[in-house]
Amino acid sequence: MASFKDRRLLDEATIEMVAQQLYSLVDDHGCQRVVLDFSEVDYMSSSALGKLLKFHKKILGVDGALRLCNMKPELQKIFKVLALHKVFKIDKNRDKSLKKI
Amino acid sequence: MTVTSEFGYTIVSELSESSRVQDAIMTMLRQLSFTDEDLADLHIALEEGLANAIKHGNQLDATKRVRVSGTVDGECVCIEIEDEGEGFNPGEVPDPTLEENLEKPSGRGLLLMRAFMDSIEYNEKGNMLRIEKRCSIDG
Repeated sequence: MASFKDRRLLDEATIEMVAQQLYSLVDDHGCQRVVLDFSEVDYMSSSALGKLLKFHKKILGVDGALRLCNMKPELQKIFKVLALHKVFKIDKNRDKSLKKI
Repeated sequence: MTVTSEFGYTIVSELSESSRVQDAIMTMLRQLSFTDEDLADLHIALEEGLANAIKHGNQLDATKRVRVSGTVDGECVCIEIEDEGEGFNPGEVPDPTLEENLEKPSGRGLLLMRAFMDSIEYNEKGNMLRIEKRCSIDG
């Protein structure tokens, strides 16, 4: 289970730092099943979404699973516009994600 | 409410400069009592427009500049972002929502701007973006 502390994943320095932390979950800590809690995130840029897609690929590459949860309406809107709800498994809350992962 | 404000910035092609300009513009817009949703939409569009200009337009070339200017006229926010790159044809950018493009990196910024702004257009060369949003007043 990982959650974000930044409300806006927009600027490149933050995005890169968060991405490295996520990649490290798989590369250094051997995590295969990950739930990402977005309750603190107001919105993300396309660049941050690119990193999330790369992380997703990494997880799938080790036969793992990724679920996202607790998305605010603004963030849901972004995912829907970009059709990313077809790519990611998204749950309403943490409990549902933990049950399904 | 009829408040007319104008702003203008010229920055070098560095992403840290983009953050600085975004902060300045958003601070100004927050003082105008727009709804949180409109402000979020504007922030996303500003980030995507600037990132495109700096990364794709000017190719992160620090000798090239990006010009950002805008007006807030009543409840309408209009922002222009111009880079010094070769320009591009937005019609040729692949649709990132198509199954085969879902995981490709390009086109998402453009689509977000289209979704969240009332109007987005590029000049003929494709190096100047104009975005416009009619905002609601909070309260």
